[in-house]
Amino acid sequence: MLTMGKAITRRRAVAVLTATLLATGMAACGNSDTGEQPADDGKLTLGFSQVGAESGWRTANTNSIKESAKEAGIELKFDDAQGKQENQITAIRNYIQQKVDVIAFSPVVESGWDTVLKEAKDAGIPVILTDRSVDSADKSLYKTFIGSDFVKEGRLSGEWLVEQTKTATGPVNIVELQGTTGSAPANDRKKGFGEAIAANPNLKIIASQTGEFTRAGGKAVMEQFLKANPKIDVLFAHNDDMGLGALEAITAAGKVPGKDIKIITIDAVKDGMQALADGKFNFIAECSPLLGPQLMDLVKKVKAGETIPQRIETQETTFTPEQAKAALPTRKY
Amino acid sequence: MSTSKARWAAVTAHSLFWPAVALVALLVANTIYRPGFLTVEMKDGHLYGSLVDILRLAAPLILVGLGMTLVIATGGIDLSVGSMCAISGAIACLHISQQPDQNALSGVLVALALGIGLSLVLGAWNGALVSIIGIQPIIATLILMVAGRGLAQLITEGQIITINSEPYKSVGVGYLLTLPLAIFIAAGVALLVAAVTRRTALGMIIEAVGGNAEASRLAGIRSARITFLVYVISAVCAGIAGFMVTANVSSADGNAAGLWIELDAILAVVIGGTSLAGGRFSLSGTILGALLIQTLTTTVYAMNISPQTSLLFKAVVVIIVCLVQAPAFRARFARRRPVAPAAPTAADQSKEQVPA
Repeated sequence: MLTMGKAITRRRAVAVLTATLLATGMAACGNSDTGEQPADDGKLTLGFSQVGAESGWRTANTNSIKESAKEAGIELKFDDAQGKQENQITAIRNYIQQKVDVIAFSPVVESGWDTVLKEAKDAGIPVILTDRSVDSADKSLYKTFIGSDFVKEGRLSGEWLVEQTKTATGPVNIVELQGTTGSAPANDRKKGFGEAIAANPNLKIIASQTGEFTRAGGKAVMEQFLKANPKIDVLFAHNDDMGLGALEAITAAGKVPGKDIKIITIDAVKDGMQALADGKFNFIAECSPLLGPQLMDLVKKVKAGETIPQRIETQETTFTPEQAKAALPTRKY
Repeated sequence: MSTSKARWAAVTAHSLFWPAVALVALLVANTIYRPGFLTVEMKDGHLYGSLVDILRLAAPLILVGLGMTLVIATGGIDLSVGSMCAISGAIACLHISQQPDQNALSGVLVALALGIGLSLVLGAWNGALVSIIGIQPIIATLILMVAGRGLAQLITEGQIITINSEPYKSVGVGYLLTLPLAIFIAAGVALLVAAVTRRTALGMIIEAVGGNAEASRLAGIRSARITFLVYVISAVCAGIAGFMVTANVSSADGNAAGLWIELDAILAVVIGGTSLAGGRFSLSGTILGALLIQTLTTTVYAMNISPQTSLLFKAVVVIIVCLVQAPAFRARFARRRPVAPAAPTAADQSKEQVPA
């Protein structure tokens, strides 16, 4: 195993060296060699590197990008990084070598992108970040970042609750199921929700605990919440899956989800939307993976030289049970 | 008086005394925080309360822990049990989701058989790598720990498979005689393993292999066969635990099912007084350890300890339990004597005493 590891490292080192040399060579040539670009036929080429296929959300994200590229007449070179940064860097370097028109990727991690982004910049290829951002200090390394605004998702959830409870006279007890501790969606959704419900002093979070974004976690935590707190009016879960787990705990406690305890979640995956349509959930703020059409639009604009904002939000909405019933038949994920 | 003192000393010296004290202390702390913690009431014809939750949620950990105990007794370790949980749960849920009638008992039984069958194959793979090819157990099982998650995701196609099957669901949340069915399954497996290892010579043979595989082989024990066997048993235990984990939420999540359960299981085994060096094991200790760990997790939720501090809280409790249980540590404090004489004793017995 050790020797194999060594061989891989050596091969990778050679690849890195080659890529760097090529990139430097290209940068030296400047813009004079546009005649060699494969985009001769007038078709735009987009190199996209995906994180992996770790969830239904991600699969829907991939499909959206593939389908909308076809519709927009953009040639897509797709790479699955299988959750590894080194795969992603290799893919981006390949795209630079192939002289694609635009590179887009969902970074596996936040840091460590400066070198490869600089190579792309030197090669004159614009980069678009999707879904997740990078922490590079030099913002000129990429054109824009398109993705969800987690704070907004939390705020929309909170605002709905404030609207629903404005006639309430007594205190409204809320329990919160947080996502994975320290993750951006968990921190931001908590923040947005907290800010929104501050508008009504009757609304109080009486317990908040992490359910790790999983059904089993959501269920185990909710079971204890129900036993420790006799009066729970509202459950706010940072994603659908924890809400679905909590559903079972609520039913087992002899309460009716959606009526005795109002449930607000975020994401709007299929199972969550089904629960909403069945009246077991009360409200879902969408976190949409379907950013393909927006991305293709951006690719065209970037190539045409138009200026675009540094931060673009994915078009997202919220769902009530009625809207969920209407949306379910055509739901893609 | 001296006899009662001696008896007290014998009790406190028992390897399970301190884990038991920690378990009781946690329950007492919970009761002080919320007097209703120990309350158990009847609801829908079964018992309902935090204690019942602890029993139900501890069942998969007990199962995985039992298999892990035998593996560790041979001086090995099985890191792949968490992935095995995910795989067996995924294949069972996949089969059920493809049935026209998900509530049909026959379909569920086939699903369980598929899960167990696949676990047997994967257990045999682990066993073969360790006993026949002779790869270090930590590396051999690391392969399936990592690749197994991928296999589980391959089965679920990266999605969460949701099922709606009452018979399957009962494995995780069903009740028998007002108590969770899962705990009966775990207890059944525990009794079976205890009977097979302690009523026959098998337990002693496993310990002999763990003590010195080569010496036991020379003494006429087919040590490779024993090593192979314990990995298969561990895989089957993990497979059954996988059913419970997925049935608990009626869905198979290739990513999250049984995640890190291997670490909790190793911890349960260690707290239970089984030596990581092999050659000695305690099944009842593992069960107590599993109950302690589950109580600890439930305590975090019940007391609503903030997620940022809960890991630290768990770590502190585990460190304390492991320390007071370590004979070398206790000896140092009980005698209040200089460290020097205690140290070599600890070193001499290192094969036997590495619970921390």
